[in-house]
Amino acid sequence: MSDPTHLSLAEARDALKSKRLSAVELTQAHLDAIEKSRALNCFITETPELALSQARESDTRIARGEARRLEGLPLGIKDLYCSKGVRTTAASRILDDFTPTYESTVSANLLRDGAATLGKLNLDEFAMGSSNETSAFGPVVSPWRRAGDPDAKIVPGGSSGGSSAAVAAHLCLGATATDTGGSIRQPAAFTGTVGIKPTYGRCSRWGIVAFASSLDQAGPIARNVRDAAIMLRSMAGHDPKDTTSVDTPVPDYEAAVGASVKGRRIGVPKEYRIDGMSAEIAALWDQGAAWLKDAGAEIVEISLPHTRYALPTYYIIAPAEASSNLARYDGVRYGRREQGRDVIEMYEKTRATGFGPEVRRRIMIGTYVLSAGYYDAYYVRAQKVRSLIKRDFDEAFASGVDAVLTPATPSTAFAQGEKGAADPVEMYLNDVFTVTVNMAGLPGVAVPGGLAANGLPLGLQLIGRPFDEETLFSLAAAIELTAPKIERPRPWWREG
Amino acid sequence: MATEAAPTKLIKGATGDWEVVIGMEIHAQVTSNAKLFSGASAEYGGAPNDHVSLVDAAMPGMLPVINEECVKQAIRTGLGLEAKINLRSVFDRKNYFYPDLPQGYQISQFKHPIVGEGVVIVDVSPSERITVGIERLHLEQDAGKSLHDLSATESHVDLNRSGVALMEIVSKPDMRSAEEARAYVSKLRTILRYIGSCDGNMEQGSLRADVNVSVRRPGAALGTRCEIKNVNSIRFIGQAIEVEARRQIGILEDGGKIDQETRLFDPGKGETRSMRSKEEAHDYRYFPDPDLLPLEFDQAYVDALQGELPELPDAKRARFIAQYGLSPYDAGVLVMERAAADYFEETAKGRDAKLAANWVINELFGRLNKEGLDVTRSPVSSRALGAIIDLISQNVISGKIAKDLFEIVWTEGGDPKEIVKTRGMKQVTDTGAIEAAVDAVIAANPDKVEQAKAKPTMLGWFVGQVMKQTGGKANPQVVNDLLKRKLGV
Repeated sequence: MSDPTHLSLAEARDALKSKRLSAVELTQAHLDAIEKSRALNCFITETPELALSQARESDTRIARGEARRLEGLPLGIKDLYCSKGVRTTAASRILDDFTPTYESTVSANLLRDGAATLGKLNLDEFAMGSSNETSAFGPVVSPWRRAGDPDAKIVPGGSSGGSSAAVAAHLCLGATATDTGGSIRQPAAFTGTVGIKPTYGRCSRWGIVAFASSLDQAGPIARNVRDAAIMLRSMAGHDPKDTTSVDTPVPDYEAAVGASVKGRRIGVPKEYRIDGMSAEIAALWDQGAAWLKDAGAEIVEISLPHTRYALPTYYIIAPAEASSNLARYDGVRYGRREQGRDVIEMYEKTRATGFGPEVRRRIMIGTYVLSAGYYDAYYVRAQKVRSLIKRDFDEAFASGVDAVLTPATPSTAFAQGEKGAADPVEMYLNDVFTVTVNMAGLPGVAVPGGLAANGLPLGLQLIGRPFDEETLFSLAAAIELTAPKIERPRPWWREG
Repeated sequence: MATEAAPTKLIKGATGDWEVVIGMEIHAQVTSNAKLFSGASAEYGGAPNDHVSLVDAAMPGMLPVINEECVKQAIRTGLGLEAKINLRSVFDRKNYFYPDLPQGYQISQFKHPIVGEGVVIVDVSPSERITVGIERLHLEQDAGKSLHDLSATESHVDLNRSGVALMEIVSKPDMRSAEEARAYVSKLRTILRYIGSCDGNMEQGSLRADVNVSVRRPGAALGTRCEIKNVNSIRFIGQAIEVEARRQIGILEDGGKIDQETRLFDPGKGETRSMRSKEEAHDYRYFPDPDLLPLEFDQAYVDALQGELPELPDAKRARFIAQYGLSPYDAGVLVMERAAADYFEETAKGRDAKLAANWVINELFGRLNKEGLDVTRSPVSSRALGAIIDLISQNVISGKIAKDLFEIVWTEGGDPKEIVKTRGMKQVTDTGAIEAAVDAVIAANPDKVEQAKAKPTMLGWFVGQVMKQTGGKANPQVVNDLLKRKLGV
């Protein structure tokens, strides 16, 4: 058989089932690819022995005819998910060599269904970033390069940059990711992959290092819509250990892939046509609408009037929650500890050296907006705006719209060091199309829409009703079917 | 504003009278098997860090899940305080750094507590009863414990208590003396114990009080208050209030002003000391905990808990007065502890209830207090005490002999009836035998007989002599009657 890393997750599943390929062969091929791709810096921790032992177990089960849903399929795990017995870092120095004694619910669900885990994927520190440049373990390099510009190292997006780059570079069949303001969808758009942030409460947050609890959601990044649907089915589900997870049945998402979108009403929100939007992004958006129309959907213009407040509101709520969630990294019980004259100095030195500049900035912002005298003006107001943003969507859906179509990002991927060095807001603007979805708790999927003139992928975003991921999968599949096929980037980075 | 203090409660200063105003925040540990947001045991004690789950240690990615039993206990307590139960309440994070606070925040309820306004009726003395308003009751997590004495250079942290459920019960500033404050805590503890929502054990820290004290001229606006933190006995609460009021009066009479601050009471030195000033107060950055949904339940849920509540002390006291004809004071004493009230009712069943109340309050409680015993540990069972009372009522033994009998049952145990029989403690009512003893005493003391004729109070001396002769077993009434007749008084 030819290189098994060329297979999609669904194809690999079928190959294992028909015994054209063994799980060990499949896993080994990915381990070899990982070994040759360290230049991309996708993994913080590789777990080849664990992956191979899982693959051997899978081969035994397949032989006995006891294959589970994801039997023998090698995946990458974002290093924000706690892995039992495997160092978990959140890409921060502050966790040091922290090794959980427990497995996050979502990754445990994947293991329950027979997946193999290749290792822990790089990310922005504590998932705070849009380019993977804030990782304490160095930035991830995208497998994509700008046309005619081989020297520029392109970012894979963030925070799930290790996940998107590893999937795009065929180092794993799919990867787990998390999304607080766009951290699944933006990296997917930057790398020509598919990423879905499901409805808030669809996946358990238990065992995933918290960034902003009311916004964080787990989801997959995969090479196509079907693969993402297969992964989400295993990841999702009610968890009594997370009281914000919702007890509603998990449908067979894969069945929605290829379902007709005829008669679906797709809203195109006029407020997303922001000032200075590039002609290329505007054209992509129109093109996406045209593809869906060709597939039988109806396109209607809608209004989401509070969109312009979403980004500033997000940058109040997310840091506020983060400032509190990250208080536990204090050097007392686990992770890094710097000695101090007293406990206060120990705290100060531990946290000053343990957290990187972006994390420190957000802790400061969050602490500020929750402080006495500012709480009402910032946090309380932001929560009010948040409910208005949610109401905008509720009204659009109530008017009969089945999903909302927008660009996933305001631009294609950029090169390392190009954005946010002087003004962090420049980086924050990356989230302008994605944060509203987290604020409203809705599901959102990013699907490739082709390549830009600079040779980098472009992505479209579809936003759905709460717990209607199936509609998103069917619409994303319709776009995928029509959009220009994105070829695998030429593996310029590979050694040997 | 609440009522002015009675003149007798005012404190005399050098420049006139002062009124002390007291409000209290009581932290009561909820009786439950597991902690408020984790499955770890909430049991007291254990080796350090024995009762710690991943949630309690705030490991990365851990999430709180509310323990329903703790919610029920808070509702039950609210009902016991005749308070408004809020069908929707919200958990907030109170953010501060401390090594024994693993999350870096305490989960508490700030703006929307589970229980709103209520009342506690407090008997300050047999003749005085006051009503103390309850502002609110909310649920929150306890912190762990820092241990500074295990090593010269390091501190240690025990997280066994981390995450244990507490109810913070906030009173209105309705108390006007240390005595009232003591009585309030005592009554609150009684209610909590009746309900079974807190064991009220102050030595183990299950019940701790933060006491807010201010002083003012009678009728004037409220003065600046100081909060005395973590006072852990009813006696110390009284002492802390008295010394703090005196301190404040001293400052004000010298022309100074009170700084709003948090203070600590040092029982050894009998003084309060500044812990931190208002300026040093933490900014806790409260905000709703995004890991927890608002806590919601319906009225039917509350009604079901109401239906399961035991009879509470105020109702029981009223019933004791009506059903047994007890004085309000005796009834109040008997209902202080549910077990004691039960003991009384078992003892009184089918008997003279007032006699039973006297015996329970005077003999039994007196003896229990002396030995530092709880009524549930009483060596004399209610059945045995009932038997003793039966023997009195049936004129088998005198009251005096009954006390001896009580003592025997207390120290040696046994069936009172049997003891009376085998030890010959039976009262002598045989007039012949008593008459012989009376005659003998009269014959032996002719001078006293003469005196008695002039001074009838001498009769008591004769009664005593006859009782001595009969080993205390003679029926005192018969002795009395015979002596009166024979001496002609």
